[in-house]
Amino acid sequence: MRTILIGTSSEVAIDTEGPVVIIGESINPTRRKKLVTTLQERDFAYVLELAESQIRAGADVLDVNVGFPGVDDESLLPEAVIAIQEKFDVPLCLDSPNPRAIEAALRVMKGKALINSVNGKEESLRTLLPIAKKYNAAIIGLCMDDDGITNEPEKRAAIAGKIIERAVSEGIAAGDVIVDPLAMAVGAEPQACLVTLETIRLVNQNFGNNITMGASNISFGLPGRESLNAAFISVSILYGLSCPIANPEKITGAIRATDLVLGRDDYAVRFVGHFQNQP
Amino acid sequence: MDDILNRLARCVEYGKTDKAASYPPDMKGQDGADELAKQALEQGIKPDEILEKSLVLAMAAVGDRFTRKEIYVPQMLMAARAMNAAMKHLKPYFQSGETKRKGKFIVGTVAGDLHDIGKNLVAMMVEGGGWEVIDLGTDVSTEKFLKAIDENPGAVVGLSALLTTTMENMKKTVAAIREKHGAMQILVGGAPVTMDYCKKIGADFYSPDPQGAVNYLRQFGA
Repeated sequence: MRTILIGTSSEVAIDTEGPVVIIGESINPTRRKKLVTTLQERDFAYVLELAESQIRAGADVLDVNVGFPGVDDESLLPEAVIAIQEKFDVPLCLDSPNPRAIEAALRVMKGKALINSVNGKEESLRTLLPIAKKYNAAIIGLCMDDDGITNEPEKRAAIAGKIIERAVSEGIAAGDVIVDPLAMAVGAEPQACLVTLETIRLVNQNFGNNITMGASNISFGLPGRESLNAAFISVSILYGLSCPIANPEKITGAIRATDLVLGRDDYAVRFVGHFQNQP
Repeated sequence: MDDILNRLARCVEYGKTDKAASYPPDMKGQDGADELAKQALEQGIKPDEILEKSLVLAMAAVGDRFTRKEIYVPQMLMAARAMNAAMKHLKPYFQSGETKRKGKFIVGTVAGDLHDIGKNLVAMMVEGGGWEVIDLGTDVSTEKFLKAIDENPGAVVGLSALLTTTMENMKKTVAAIREKHGAMQILVGGAPVTMDYCKKIGADFYSPDPQGAVNYLRQFGA
């Protein structure tokens, strides 16, 4: 299955057959406190710096999250999106818990965006699916619902199925739903990664949709986070992960390597290209 | 007496839950926290002494090592499991009122936020510091916090938020608690929270690590 995202002009095709598409996670104030201070002054220089370094490191799509306490994200998210699109062509992934901020950004942006995220809660489906339809955006469907987060892969996959079904009934193409199986910290729960992997396998087998996840979560509270994230992403790709949200400056090497191992990179063109381009 | 309390503390610190536990490997086959706590009581050692001279010391050592990044989340959770195995033998004495704890600590992750690891670590460290912990879970509404505070007069409250987007709810809950319970001690924590933010929203204390909260609480309670 394919999901097409569009930047200011060029297309990025996310394909379940690969190669893996990287959604850069770094424009997010939870991870970078410097973003808060610059965004408070509506200064987008640091946002653009993060955009550029992630694209150089291999990001195909950029997640844009400008949430922090007291923010007026209904005006800030569109402004950030405009600033990024003035300089870069990559598709954007609009990351906000506020549907009005997402709609405000969709209204002013070019191309075809990805909404991060819709979940199985009634309110989320009711609010966001019509917005996605209206602005022709793809959505990330988070495998949680009104009952919260379950640790049973079958139930998580069923929530994915419900989101896909509801999206299709709103007139959104099934391929425009990218499923997030949820990745939880393995340091707190030894089975956490296995639950995610099994959910990925079920979603891939039952629905065939593209799959994303915030893969860096799993290593919370542990040392050697880069090694752990890389191992988990590699195995997840084999199971059907096609577009992880991660830090390309840390993970692109492992992802290019996995594509090569899985026979999705003829003559190792992308793998070699990545390492030739690194300083 | 000191010997058994030292051995119990060592089991808690290194996560040796009971005799059958295979971790840590170098303590294989030895009595764990479960057996030693039982034996200590049978020897006539008072529950509050077991708490103070063994569990509290062990958990403080765990907290300090976590702060120094010598151990990580899984080791903390192993220690917590061992502590619970020992604590289960002390609980009847707490419930009968024969042994008093230092006070009550109400803790929860604020509304809209489902992250629980940091909150759980704080809850277990505070319990290991000799407090009774009332854990309200995740996605806790302001009303739920207020209800728990009404039901537990004199408690201290701790709020966790892991997202920049849910910190706003932390602010709202703190404001609502202040309005009804002016002098109440309110602790806040979580990855995006800072001391500046803590002051700005009118909370009393912020710590970047669980042990900081335990140390701060020493000045309160019995």
